[in-house]
Amino acid sequence: MGRLQQALPVLAVLLMLVLAWYGAAIAMNAAWQNDVNRRAGIETVPATDFVLATWNQEKPVLPTPHQVLGELWNSTALVAPNKPRSLLFHAWVTFSATGLGFVMGSLLGIGLAIAIVHSEATSRSLMPWIVASQTIPILALAPLIVVIGFNIFTGSLGLPTDPARLLSKAIISAYLSFFPVTVGMVKGLRSPEAIQLDLMRTYHASRAQTFWKLRWPAAVPFLFASLKVGVAASLVGAIVGELPTGAVAGLGARLLAGSYYSQTVQIWAALVAASILAALLILIVGWVEALVARRMGVRAP
Amino acid sequence: MSQFQLYLAILASGLCAAALGLTLLSGAEPTLLLHGFLVLGALSLLRLWLHPGLWLDSALAVLGAVAVLASFQLYPGPPAFLWLALVATWLWSWVFVERLSDLTAPSLGQNGGLGLLIPLTFGLAILVTWEAITRGAGVPQVILPPPSQIGSRIAASLPTLWTDFQQTFLKAVLAGYAIGCGVGFLVAILIDRSPFLKSGLLPLGSFVSALPIVGVAPIMVMWFGFDWQSKAAVVVIMTFFPMLVNTIAGLNAASAIERDLMRTYAASYWQTLLKLRLPAAAPFIFNALKICSTLALIGAIVAEFFGSPVAGMGFRISAEIGRMNVDMVWAEIAMAALAGSVFYGVVALVERGITFWHPSMRRA
Repeated sequence: MGRLQQALPVLAVLLMLVLAWYGAAIAMNAAWQNDVNRRAGIETVPATDFVLATWNQEKPVLPTPHQVLGELWNSTALVAPNKPRSLLFHAWVTFSATGLGFVMGSLLGIGLAIAIVHSEATSRSLMPWIVASQTIPILALAPLIVVIGFNIFTGSLGLPTDPARLLSKAIISAYLSFFPVTVGMVKGLRSPEAIQLDLMRTYHASRAQTFWKLRWPAAVPFLFASLKVGVAASLVGAIVGELPTGAVAGLGARLLAGSYYSQTVQIWAALVAASILAALLILIVGWVEALVARRMGVRAP
Repeated sequence: MSQFQLYLAILASGLCAAALGLTLLSGAEPTLLLHGFLVLGALSLLRLWLHPGLWLDSALAVLGAVAVLASFQLYPGPPAFLWLALVATWLWSWVFVERLSDLTAPSLGQNGGLGLLIPLTFGLAILVTWEAITRGAGVPQVILPPPSQIGSRIAASLPTLWTDFQQTFLKAVLAGYAIGCGVGFLVAILIDRSPFLKSGLLPLGSFVSALPIVGVAPIMVMWFGFDWQSKAAVVVIMTFFPMLVNTIAGLNAASAIERDLMRTYAASYWQTLLKLRLPAAAPFIFNALKICSTLALIGAIVAEFFGSPVAGMGFRISAEIGRMNVDMVWAEIAMAALAGSVFYGVVALVERGITFWHPSMRRA
């Protein structure tokens, strides 16, 4: 019953959104439909026919939900997942860059946080720059990293093109995801109270022992909260990383191709796929969090 | 000095001595400046008996930086002693930062000027190393231009940078930011009156915040055309949800006892809103404004990758990278970084002025 009461308002709002969407589709696609009808010499159209026509155009200004879902279904279930026409293929390309970048960024973030917590000088020389690095539009660096990184990896390091492209996208993802992890982990590693640290000192615990037995377990909840933010940022990084390369694979490339050829339905389908991917990634992190919490003996709330 | 700092300093002196030895062995003729730096650096081993202040370390670091940079101009294929000198310079700046942070650690607020020196030294050390390595190791310009070249490029193309800044920041970002945050704020106040809508929209709002919203850029370009209006639309969508979620959370921040007090005063809804709930929500609202200030710039720049008129930061970046004019890309990025930081800083300053009463603004 409690679940239902929580879900009901969300469902109601979603329903309103869908209705508004269909309404807006009539308004925004009407101009084109009128054009088509005028050219065909049709003077009067029954209102229902007109509305249905605006909802099912080939290249609508605003595609309707059923068109988008239909395109999603067509490009996932009806196409083999290893074909470039399949959205699953593109989602996988984006997902692999996101995952790799997320792991790199998280490790970097955790490492930086450990250095910052253990050395006052590191903290005070690095922290302002880490914060400042977030006030700058990092994604502006994306084309630079993708193009230059790609050239370095294929040129002087001799990697084949696919891993090189993956790696240069992953660098952007890592750059975007390290910041939330660093900030969250610094907060988490500093969360043990002075009295707890004093207790460790009375035990004559070494720095490493204090770290593994007190600081790290205390930081785990902070870590997962920031990993959720980080994984969403990684996905944005991977998608934007697919824009400037002339990449042919990935959800970002799909968006770009859709915008070149005015394939609105394709753009919306790629967007929805990206949203589903984001939700899945956050679910996975949440699932790992629950697993770790159970292993560490945290009782479910 | 702590043990660690002493080891660092001794290592740096040792490197200087080794570099000095190398110059003698190879018969190279280093410049007077570099020679002086190496001799002084080696002499600073005397710190084992004397106790020089930390400013000596900073002087050594500065001298080293100047000497190394000047010498890298002279040698096309830099000899080993020059690299040793570079490492020694880096080590001295590290020693200086360590000692300075020991000195200023207990009282963060009082010595703001000195405290600023720490990140500044770090930044300068990065710049010097960047310059030295790109020049010394002959890194191709298309991969990473040295900072000096980026600086001269900025100075040479100020008019272009200004046009791009106008197009992206003054038009798209500011308009989108104002509309997005304003509408988010107003919708939050409207929704706040209906618990049903609130419990329906809040989960959706926080879900949408996690989505890759920049993806709507091609749709907006299609709807609103290539000019700044489409970029502003992307910014509106990107800033709306964080503002909505944070404002709603902030409006619930006033505690029940405070609301009860307002009720005993027979305060009307608007009086409670204006005198209690909005001030209590201010820290949350400013948090959203700060988050949105970065999001707005990102949204506008990324949206320009999908097509724009022949101006704008995002357009310039993607166009110049295609022509391999990497120094121009870096100049544009420096510009964007400056704009973003100043934007963020202004919002933070306004926050400090308005929510001065909040515990997070207190000085320790």
